[in-house]
Amino acid sequence: MLKQTEGSHAVAEAVGLCRPEVICAYPISPQTHIVEGLGEMVKAGEVTDCEFINVESEFAAMSVAIGSSATGARTYTATASQGILFMCEAVYNASGLGLPIVMTVANRAIGAPINIWNDHTDALSQRDSGWIQLFAETNQEALDLHILAFKLAEEVSLPVMVCMDGFILTHAYERVDVPTQEQVDAFLPPYEPRQVLDPTDPVSIGAMVGPEAFSEVRYLAHAKQMQALELIPKLAAQFKTIFGRDSGGLTHSYLTDDAETIVVAMGSILGTIKDVVDEMRQAGEKIGVLGIISYRPFPLEEVRNALQNAKRVVVLEKSLAVGIGGVVSTDVRMAMSGLQLEGHTVVAGLGGRAITMKSLHALFAKAVAGELERLTFLDLDWDVVNKQLERERTTRRSGPAAESMLRDVGVVAARIG
Amino acid sequence: MSFQPVHFYQTGTFTVGNRLLEASERSVQANIERTNSLNSGHRACQGCGEALGARYAIDAAMNAARGRLIAANATGCLEVFSTPYPETSWQIPWIHSLFGNTAAVATGIAAAIKVKKQKGQMGDVRVVAQGGDGGTTDIGFGCLSGMFERNDDVLYICYDNGGYMNTGVQRSSATPPAARTATTMPVGPEPGNQFGQGKFLPAIAMAHEIPYVATATVADLRDLEYKVTKAMGMRGARYIHILVPCPLGWGAASEDTILLARLAKETGIFPVFEAENGEITGNLKIRRKQPVEEYLKRQKRYAHLFGKKPAVATIARLQAAADKNIRKYGLLDQEAN
Repeated sequence: MLKQTEGSHAVAEAVGLCRPEVICAYPISPQTHIVEGLGEMVKAGEVTDCEFINVESEFAAMSVAIGSSATGARTYTATASQGILFMCEAVYNASGLGLPIVMTVANRAIGAPINIWNDHTDALSQRDSGWIQLFAETNQEALDLHILAFKLAEEVSLPVMVCMDGFILTHAYERVDVPTQEQVDAFLPPYEPRQVLDPTDPVSIGAMVGPEAFSEVRYLAHAKQMQALELIPKLAAQFKTIFGRDSGGLTHSYLTDDAETIVVAMGSILGTIKDVVDEMRQAGEKIGVLGIISYRPFPLEEVRNALQNAKRVVVLEKSLAVGIGGVVSTDVRMAMSGLQLEGHTVVAGLGGRAITMKSLHALFAKAVAGELERLTFLDLDWDVVNKQLERERTTRRSGPAAESMLRDVGVVAARIG
Repeated sequence: MSFQPVHFYQTGTFTVGNRLLEASERSVQANIERTNSLNSGHRACQGCGEALGARYAIDAAMNAARGRLIAANATGCLEVFSTPYPETSWQIPWIHSLFGNTAAVATGIAAAIKVKKQKGQMGDVRVVAQGGDGGTTDIGFGCLSGMFERNDDVLYICYDNGGYMNTGVQRSSATPPAARTATTMPVGPEPGNQFGQGKFLPAIAMAHEIPYVATATVADLRDLEYKVTKAMGMRGARYIHILVPCPLGWGAASEDTILLARLAKETGIFPVFEAENGEITGNLKIRRKQPVEEYLKRQKRYAHLFGKKPAVATIARLQAAADKNIRKYGLLDQEAN
């Protein structure tokens, strides 16, 4: 059914249709509307046979999820930013135990300085946690990816994060097609765990493993993600037969076939980039976009295939690996190894800084002209940065920089443009 | 206590055999049909109080739950000595997740059981969570308090040996004052652990007004079985705190585990009581009150109090704390004095 609704609510409806049995909720912006929606659905009896638990922290949220999933219940939670860091130990534990929990990450920056707005630092901090990580471009895709995520998680026995841009998607009202219960039931069978806490067949889960088998256990975690790499396109095809639309998969290509310049990105910024690409195409520029949906497992082969005929690649990412540059770029470079391509990393949109079409036009034009540096921070205010660097040159004292920089910016409210 | 049909100290010791009792009055451990939930062959130290406490507690819980029980376990000695992969001593469904999240994992298990029961996919299954004092009073405290506050249907059992014994005997918030640990060495002007405000978790559990809170020691195993059985007869959040001497961490002889647990109770250092909905409903009286020195001097963790110059003032402070417990929890019958 077509609806004009908020991204968070669309996700809540999708999760509700997946017949969750345990939902753990702890508030953190910008994921709150999702669990609020689900809490209401459970309380109103629209979602039945489901325990909705208000826990006392994100660490507890993931821990409750571990307990319920290990007892055979389909389990869901959502978090963002500091929340995912606070639950980090349990995040690794859930994947180590092979529990098919699905979690939304409403992507948000990580402090200090505290910042509630969107970037991808939170999810990418967990890139090696063993979770599958899928990034949604639109609210429709966010909705669809949750249905796909439960199926994928339960097929490969791994937890899945569905990452959607905080505020930009979670709080945006857009048209979405909400599937029927029959469609979801046809796609997603009930959860049948292979190992479960059951008094009729007692097992010990979570035993200590020493050097004699630890490498093997870790290799199997990798092998499961490699299986997921094969399974994700198959599930997308199955999804299309039931729901009638393309959703999911490993990557999205847009005008890449003959492109000399390809921009690689994840999440909602892909829409803006496509608009810029369209305009540049009209001006005769051979430029295209590669969107990565599956960040973990990372589709090395698909990325390489999409990029290999281009002359230059610009990875535009909402994350920063401090001390080296890009996070996603590192993986893209791995996919491109051996290819003689110009590679550029552009760090953009940190902490909610708007990425405008104007800035992208200038950026891509610079790339095409061969004038773009290896690492660029889009729309960086060099005045502010240089003033602070100068201050630090003239005084030896250490401490936080944010306050003095805000003074230089000269506004109290955050400037996101 | 009212549950006790026979005075077990009639022979002058606690060692009266079950053969003197009717079959219905015998302990769970005396039953040949007991589960052996924590089976033999595990790797606990000789004289481990925690292994003894866990064996009695979980078998009693299994008996009360008619064999339908799931246990969540915190990281710690009990976890490590019972499940070195690929071996396990547990004869019941058991999960170890992390150090600090055991109460939350148990909440999740209970939630899943509730839904599965509603759906007719599972019968009634009960949930026990267990951890040491570090996993309970320190790192797992947030999750435990959350579980209490929501009144989740979980029995949480803390095996308190007064420190992080698994990592090499470091101080926890349950380490008693003056005790030597690897992080409170007996050096400097105030040797051993500091005298703090104390963090007695049974009292904190009572403040949550949960249905049942009890303390026990491995010296009174009938009392322990009784309390576990009673707790299993209730629903909601329940908490049992068991004092379990640790020969390694306390610097005590392996054969003194029961003796030390008994002395902890008989000195008043460890009050044994039970409470329902935040109010104390019963206690185990001290039979023959002992001075705290009797308890302290048998443990190397207090050796610095008994050198050539005994730390009289420190011992007096410990005695005062024990006396306060006796007053606060009414541990002495007035006639017995």
